[in-house]
Amino acid sequence: MDAILFFLFAAIAVVSAINVVVQRHPISSALSLVGVMGSLAVLYLLLGAEFIAAAQMIVYAGAIMVLFVFVIMLLNAGAEKSPRKGWILTAVAMPLLVLFLGVVSYIIQRGFPDAPKVVFGQFTGGSPKDVGMALFTRYLLPFEITSVLILIAIIGAVVLARKEME
Amino acid sequence: MPPLPVPAAVPLTYYLILSAILFALGVAGFLFRKSLITVFMSIELMLNAVNLTFVAFSYQHKQVDGHLFTFFVMVVAAAEAAVGLAIILTVFKNRGTLAVDEIDSLKL
Amino acid sequence: MNVDLTSILGNFYVLTLIKLGLVAGVLLTALAYLQWIDSKVSARIQLRVGSTRVGPHGLLQPLADTIKLLTKEDLMPAHVNKFFYVLAPMIAVFFALSAIAVIPFGPKINVFGIETYMQLSDLNIGILFLLALSGMGVYGIALAGWSSNNKYALIGGLRSSAQMISYELPMALAIASPLLLAGSLSLREIAEAQSGFMLGFIPRWAIFQMPAPQLIAFVLFMIAGFAETNRVPFDLPEAENELVAGFHTEYSSMKFASFFMAEYANMVTICSIATLLFLGGWYPIVPSPVADYIPTLVHLAGGAILIFHGLQPARKWDKYTMPVFGIAFIVAGLVFLIPFLQPILLPLFWFISKVGILLFFFIWVRATLPRFRYDQLMRFAWAFMFPVSVVHLFVTAFLVALLK
Repeated sequence: MDAILFFLFAAIAVVSAINVVVQRHPISSALSLVGVMGSLAVLYLLLGAEFIAAAQMIVYAGAIMVLFVFVIMLLNAGAEKSPRKGWILTAVAMPLLVLFLGVVSYIIQRGFPDAPKVVFGQFTGGSPKDVGMALFTRYLLPFEITSVLILIAIIGAVVLARKEME
Repeated sequence: MPPLPVPAAVPLTYYLILSAILFALGVAGFLFRKSLITVFMSIELMLNAVNLTFVAFSYQHKQVDGHLFTFFVMVVAAAEAAVGLAIILTVFKNRGTLAVDEIDSLKL
Repeated sequence: MNVDLTSILGNFYVLTLIKLGLVAGVLLTALAYLQWIDSKVSARIQLRVGSTRVGPHGLLQPLADTIKLLTKEDLMPAHVNKFFYVLAPMIAVFFALSAIAVIPFGPKINVFGIETYMQLSDLNIGILFLLALSGMGVYGIALAGWSSNNKYALIGGLRSSAQMISYELPMALAIASPLLLAGSLSLREIAEAQSGFMLGFIPRWAIFQMPAPQLIAFVLFMIAGFAETNRVPFDLPEAENELVAGFHTEYSSMKFASFFMAEYANMVTICSIATLLFLGGWYPIVPSPVADYIPTLVHLAGGAILIFHGLQPARKWDKYTMPVFGIAFIVAGLVFLIPFLQPILLPLFWFISKVGILLFFFIWVRATLPRFRYDQLMRFAWAFMFPVSVVHLFVTAFLVALLK
């Protein structure tokens, strides 16, 4: 059952990622990226990361991608005009990409001969309680720094996007 | 029920390979696309692939620290998306185009 | 192998499918009749009668509306982006209806020897699941507005999406406050943490619980709930439909109906979350020996009122239909006294009555208040509700840490 779920959602993720790169209109790319994030959230659940799966859907797919979709709709960014100049690209780059990924997969398989099998329920340390305990004890300083970072980002976004007073 | 001839679970390396594939697709999108927003979305795809790697290794070592790294990556991606999209809006307002090839000089 | 009925029904998948069938059937019927209740209650508040022609007191009106919508022409305008035009109502309905999967209606029950929870799936991140679904529901509206290729629809869709996102933040903070009291994210455990009575007669609901009574969070959550579901007084995107255009201006029969079904499903979800987090879920309002008879008394009183109306009919057919309904209510009231059905029916009665009271409140507000202007709405969210919810969370956390 875990294998079926993995292959199904990995296939959805890869197809959606290819869609992100291939589609001409930015809105289709953005919605395919939401599809990638959704299938990754399911894979996080298989790996026992329940808080991270929920945070991925709430923060990434529910807020960041909505921001992307808003900007695309506001700017009325149309579909990209012309296909790229060369057929050389598709004839050479795609096989090279597939070859490269094959080599990487082989190296990864050889590098971890005794990797554990991913069974749902084997890792129970990803609950919100565990993440919270680690976040507020061992990782307190990065937490506070990221809050300052978000404040900087808010101020920066407001300054950049407001109308100039001439 | 008779046992079906399907593996019950996949080894962790499959998750790492999936992450490598997504990262490579993100890099391909970053290099080949012409619209600034799509380039930015390819960056988010790369960040997601890295998140998957962190969570996979956290499963291997049975510790929660990988999840925390993922959490911080998400926070940084959110901040970056906010500021980056504000920059894209400003660029569009000043130059009228989002094609990467046409935004090629610092002077307007 | 043991293949008797109990082991087949006790299998996790079969049991979940049976529960799913029951819940889906009840939910979809309830959504149709919620529309009827909405129209009748709004009508009475506005001193008119509402629909009375189709069936007794207009009870078959939802059926007539469904038949009308199904047989209406399903337009596909030529200038829309077809894929997203068809996808947007599906997204809206999908994420609105998925929320029912984590809502518990009662405690653990024992049916024919099979023990099960009255809930489709008990996630231990239940609240985060619901927040994620409300975040994803924004896409349905934004895509509907954009794919219609109509500048008014686009602006309406973007305004509605911006409103939903702005109010998600005070809603999440208002949800976080009773979580501090309950100590868990699972909806069933949050409801179970509100069982029992303080001082013998005050129920231990989250709005009364002692280190920090959650009244302000309840009010904040209900206001944010109005905004999340695009109901009055926050229904500017829908009202623009009446005035100029809204995000569903280019939509016809079935897709249009999908958006309204999604809105009513969101309303039911918000009211269910409010009862589970703040009003104690399925626990009664008075201690147990008295509480077992209240459902029966309520049903008998309802039946008596209906029979009385049947004896003094306001319309021609009331002579026949009202006594029939009255007898049905009295029989239902007597069913609540059957001992082996009581553990199932009593918690269900309290849960549904609390959700029903909150839904009545939604409908009451719709008929009463004028709507906000868009800038007033956004200022209210960011300048008032967000600071109040943050301060409330701080105060609750401080009190819980100090006194628990």
